[in-house]
This record gives sequence, C-alpha cells and structure tokens, in this order.
Amino acid sequence: MPTDPTKAHVASQWAHTSPLIACRFDPLNRFVFSTAEDNTIQRWKLDSGEKIAFTAHDSWVFALAVTANGETLLSAGGDGRLVWWPVATEKPEPIRKVEAHQGWIRAVTLSPDGSLIATVGNDQIVKVWSTADGTLVRQMSGHENQIYSALFHPTGQFLLSGDLLGIVCQWEVATGNLVRKFEAKELHSYNGGQGVHFGGVRSMAFNPQTQHFSCGGLYKSENPLGAVLEPLVNVYEWESQKLVQSQIAEGIKGPLWRIVNHPESYLIGACGGNSGGFLLFWRPDQNKEFHRFQLPNLVRDLDLSSDGIQIATIHFDKHLRITRLEAKAEAKT
Amino acid sequence: MKCTYACQSAEHLLARRSFLGGMAAGVGAVVGGLGALARPALSDQLVKEQKRIIVVNMHGGLSQLESWDPKPGTDTGGPFRAIPTSVPGLQISELLPETAKVMHHLAVVRSINTAEGDHGKGAYMMLTGRRQTPAAEFPQIGAVAAKSLAADRAGLPGHIRITPGGGGGRGNDSAYLGPQFASVALDNGKAPANSARPANVSEQADGQRQDFRRKANDHFASKRRTAMTDAYTSNYEQGLQLMQQNHVFDLTKEPEKDHDRYGKHDFGRHCLLARRLVEHGIAFVQVSHSNYDTHNENFNFHFEQMGEFDKPFATLVTDLADRGLLKHTLIVVLSEFGRTPNINQYYGRDHWGNAWSVVLGGCRVQPGAVIGKTNANGTAVSDRQVDHANLFHTYLQATGVDSLGSFDIGGRQLPIADPASSPIKELLV
Repeated sequence: MPTDPTKAHVASQWAHTSPLIACRFDPLNRFVFSTAEDNTIQRWKLDSGEKIAFTAHDSWVFALAVTANGETLLSAGGDGRLVWWPVATEKPEPIRKVEAHQGWIRAVTLSPDGSLIATVGNDQIVKVWSTADGTLVRQMSGHENQIYSALFHPTGQFLLSGDLLGIVCQWEVATGNLVRKFEAKELHSYNGGQGVHFGGVRSMAFNPQTQHFSCGGLYKSENPLGAVLEPLVNVYEWESQKLVQSQIAEGIKGPLWRIVNHPESYLIGACGGNSGGFLLFWRPDQNKEFHRFQLPNLVRDLDLSSDGIQIATIHFDKHLRITRLEAKAEAKT
Repeated sequence: MKCTYACQSAEHLLARRSFLGGMAAGVGAVVGGLGALARPALSDQLVKEQKRIIVVNMHGGLSQLESWDPKPGTDTGGPFRAIPTSVPGLQISELLPETAKVMHHLAVVRSINTAEGDHGKGAYMMLTGRRQTPAAEFPQIGAVAAKSLAADRAGLPGHIRITPGGGGGRGNDSAYLGPQFASVALDNGKAPANSARPANVSEQADGQRQDFRRKANDHFASKRRTAMTDAYTSNYEQGLQLMQQNHVFDLTKEPEKDHDRYGKHDFGRHCLLARRLVEHGIAFVQVSHSNYDTHNENFNFHFEQMGEFDKPFATLVTDLADRGLLKHTLIVVLSEFGRTPNINQYYGRDHWGNAWSVVLGGCRVQPGAVIGKTNANGTAVSDRQVDHANLFHTYLQATGVDSLGSFDIGGRQLPIADPASSPIKELLV
C-alpha cells in the first residue's frame, strides 16, 4: 500500500534522559538507534520501546550507520572514534574501535554493498574503511573546510562529501581521484559582522532513479548566531550538474538536518529551528513542499525505515518519535 | 551600523557609534600625561618601567566551557574534550591546543560571578570595574592605563583599540579623565584615520603650513594666552608627532615570517599589531575577536572562532615571553560574560554571568595560577567567588598601579577602582 504523508501521525514516542542528537533504523526494522548529549547510544526495540545503552565514546555521537544485513552498527562522533557494534546483542560491547579522525567525525556512510565505510569530519579529510576488518582503504583531501556529510552513489562507484562552504566533492571510490565538484554555495554564507561561516551541506540524497542529486541545509541566514535562517534543498541533475530545483518551505525558520528520498519519489526533510520541528515533503518538480507535518518538539535528525512507512525522529525534548506515513488505524469498537 | 550580535542588543549600536569620530578631533586630543594622578612619584616609576596592558576582548560572550573551564562528560559539557596544558593538573578545552602549551605563562580565574547577562552592561562592568549607574560615568581600563602608565610617549596615544572593522576615530570611554585618554580606534588595524599627510600636500608645503600655524599661534598667544590656547597648541603638536610616527602602525614593517606565524587573517594581524604597538611603548592595546554570542550552534561556532583565536594568541604570549616583554605587559582575555552551562534546543548557549572565566598573565600575575572553582557541571561558583570589580583592581595592581588610590580631577579625589572592592591578592606575586 502506498504511503500518504498527508496522513502522517506520531504512532509512538519514548523518552531518554538527555536531549537526542542522531538516529538510524536497523534495516530489519527490529530496532531504532539514537544518540544523546550524554555521550551514549540507545537501542530501542521498535515493538516495545525497550531501551539498552551502548557506551564507548568520550564525546557526542554525531553519526550512525547500520549494515544492510542488520548485523553491525557503526558509530562515530566528537572523539574522532569509529566504533563497530553487534546490533542485536543483549550486552553491547564494541567489536572494534578505530581512532579515525583528528577531531569530530560528522558523518558515516556505508557503500551499497556494505563492504566500505566512509567517514568525514572537522579535519577536512575523507576516509574509506573496510567494514570487515577496519583497515583504512584510502583517504582523500581536497576540502578547504569542515566536511559535514557523506554519501555513496547508489552504484557504489562514487563517494560524495559535502562541506561547510557548500562544496560537494565527487570521488571515484576505486582510486580516490576527485572526479568533479558541485558548488551548492547557496547553502553557505559568511557573516562579516559576526565573523562566522555558516550553513553547509548538511545532508545529501539521490532520488530512486538516481538522475537527481539533492543537497540539503539552510539559507537566508541573516543572523547565524541567533538561529535566524530557513531550510533549503538544491536539486541537481546528476549527469549535467544543472540546478533543477531549489526547494524551500515558506514561513519556516530552521535548518534541514537531514534529507532522504522516499522510494515513492518524494523528498523528506527534517527541519528543526525557531519554528519548531517539522517533517517537510517535496515532489521533485515542485519548489514548495506539498505537505508539512509539525512534530511536538524541535527535530534534529530523521531516518526512514526500510519498509518506507515509518520515520524515526529524535528531538531536543529527549524523545524518540516514530511517525507513520499513513492514516491512523481505526480504533476497535 | 548593523548590530553584529545574535541577540540584536541595542547597546552595541550605541557603542559602535562612538567609534566614528574623526582624527580631526582625534589627533588633536592625543595627549598622554600623569599630572592628575594622585601619587606622582609612583606614576613616574611606572612610566619608567613602561608597563603595558593588552586586552583581548572576546565579543559576544566566550563560552567558559569551550575554553578555560571545560566540563566534559557532564550534562552541560558539550561534545568537546579537555586537554592537559603546560601547567600540571590544569586542563582547558581541546579547542585551544596551542594556548595549552603556553598556559605556564598565564593564569585562569574560574570563579567570576558578575550576575549580569546583558551585553552592554556586562561589557561596561568588565571594562570599567563598576556597575553602570545613571549617576556617574567611569573610565574604561584603557583610559585608566593611558593615564596611569603612559608618559608623554613621543606623541603616541596611550589607549588604542584595534577594531575588527567598521570604526575609526575616538571612543568616548575615558569619562572624567577627559578626551585625551579616550581610545584611538584602528579600523581593522589601519593607522589612525587622517594621520597621514595628504598625498596632494608636499612635505615642503606641509612644513610651511605648520610654520604659519605656529607663527599665528605665537602671535595670538603673545596677547591672549590662556590654558585653552595652550591645550590647542599642544594638541596640534601631539597630532603632528603622531603623524610623524605613523610607521608605528605600519604592519608591513614586521617580518613576513611573523605574518605567517600569526596567521594572515584579521585576528592574526591584529595580534601582531598589538605586539608591535606595545614594543613601541603604547600603554594599552585592546584587540577584539568577534563573535561569540552563540545562541545557535555554539559548538560549530566555537570550533570556528577558537580555531582562529588559538594560534595567534599563543604566538603573542610566546613572543611577549621570549622578548622579555611579559614582565612588563599584562595580557587579559575577557568577555562581557560567559555562556550558559545549559545547552539550548539549537545546540546553543545563552548569556551567563554567574559562573565564568577570565585568563590573564604577565607583570605581577602568578604564572600557572588557577583561581577559584565552579561546581561539577559549571552551573555555580563553588570556591573563591570574584567579580568585575575584583578583576579591575587586579589588572591595575598587576601593573603596579595602586588601585585603592584616587585620581585628582580638578581637586576632586575620584577612586581609581571601586573602593568597596579589592584585588585578588593571591593571584599576584
């Protein structure tokens, strides 16, 4: 049955003891993982909300990824550490820890076949690791500022890395060669009065047909230090690099923390800022969202379940929320 | 001018306007001097020792948790870790790796409670040592330093503020000490406005013009001399001397390798200029680094700002120490307040004057000292609480000024610092 974002509703929510930062589904839809400002990772059972803590980081965990077979969780964060975990264990202990970057790791992504892990962060280096044994396969330099996001092309041939300045580097995975750059400069601004760079490519996504490549973040940042800004997605034609759509959400103040493309060919954005928390839904040929769903609290990350029907969001108010993209089940009488 | 603070505080608009005076009034009023200091013998000694002060003003409110008083692993600690420093047992934020290497030259005061969360009021308190009242205006530390520490140093101003941009001319920060001790602002490190001879006026023509002015002055003074005409004459001569020493502000005269060491961004250049100015005997230099008013994405912005601050600041401290200047130069890193331990929904920290930190070093400041403590998650001072008034006394005592003394202003004895307060004595050697 197709999804219906206009019927989106929060189906369940569970509270942690600290504000949450990031979340990812287990692809087998047994669990959702979240991270929190207390440096821990939480594994939540989707059917009951039962929670277990995973502890191995000395800083906030900014990035999670789960292998497609549902066996291995990867976590990375402000301590520069990349950690492998068994997903379903009852007594979580790291399988492997690698001191992967100098400073923050901001993003972790898995290759489509699951054999490679890419990490990026504040040291401006893109690193590719073997999922199987944790060895460094190669590293690439070319960014001139902090790298915020990373994503493999669905073919696995290329790796994309997006930075604070709005530059996306396209790397050939087999060689580490820089193929070309996208310049999503609308997502970056420099405020001379405040002396700060702001924005960046916060998230990237391919549409299901892979002819469109999207970069999400923020623009109109009149007051970066005061959180005055609006969400923006730049949609590019992958082959030509032509900007084909700038997707916005009028009247909403806040950055897009993550974008994902739904298999039914609409884009979902998690927007959390001055206006509160929203899930925004865009059609590929429209610049304004076709639906916005307001969440009870400011959202900081989202993930889409492999069945396409559930969205996990994590929030400042310490809650993990599961939103279903369908009408509520009618109450039994 | 557009306010650059996140909270759009009106005080900054007013403060910035005061930068906009021109050198027409400026160079004419650049006069150092110690005549009004209540203890001239001590002043003479200070002048001989050429004590100086460099203040680095972290505009907007530096987070103590991302700098001098990290609390990693607590509910308020944020994502950054603490690192060891050159002082055994002292840790600071990992955002300051270069500064960590020079902490044995510096001291940290971690127990400041000014109970003030307003930008304008906080800045006033930290720079004057007093709480703002409608009844009186107090001179800023730079004006007090210019008056107390600066001899008539060959026509150079004693109170200089290097502004990040958008302001030149004179400040109105000297209160009852008079305009001669008001700051001269160097707009983005450039020489004082209008302090160079216009290109279309030849040296010869300028000399003739000055000769004519002097003759006219002498003629006027021979019949109608007053204190005011003497002051005008003196001010013009001081201004002329400043123009003749314009090279003091010329950063191109510093070696290229030093430009590389300090970094070729504004703050790096401004720190290098601060070094140059104190080496040329300027009594007080204020450098600003902007902006720390991080209500939004505090950690991203502190990573960015501290990353820019760290190396030039550490290089400045190292150079002052290596050149023997730290014995005679007080260096202070301050803000108008700190930032909330509580992390808000935008990953930001808000205004917080209740438990925060300042770093200082040089002159009589005990190297490597740590004064005071905050509690486990930084929400309150737990030991040796101090405030802006204690700090103001301490800055002056560190440079040998008797902060418990008074200025004699037209026969009135005006306390140099808040007479109800006192210096942090254990911080001084």
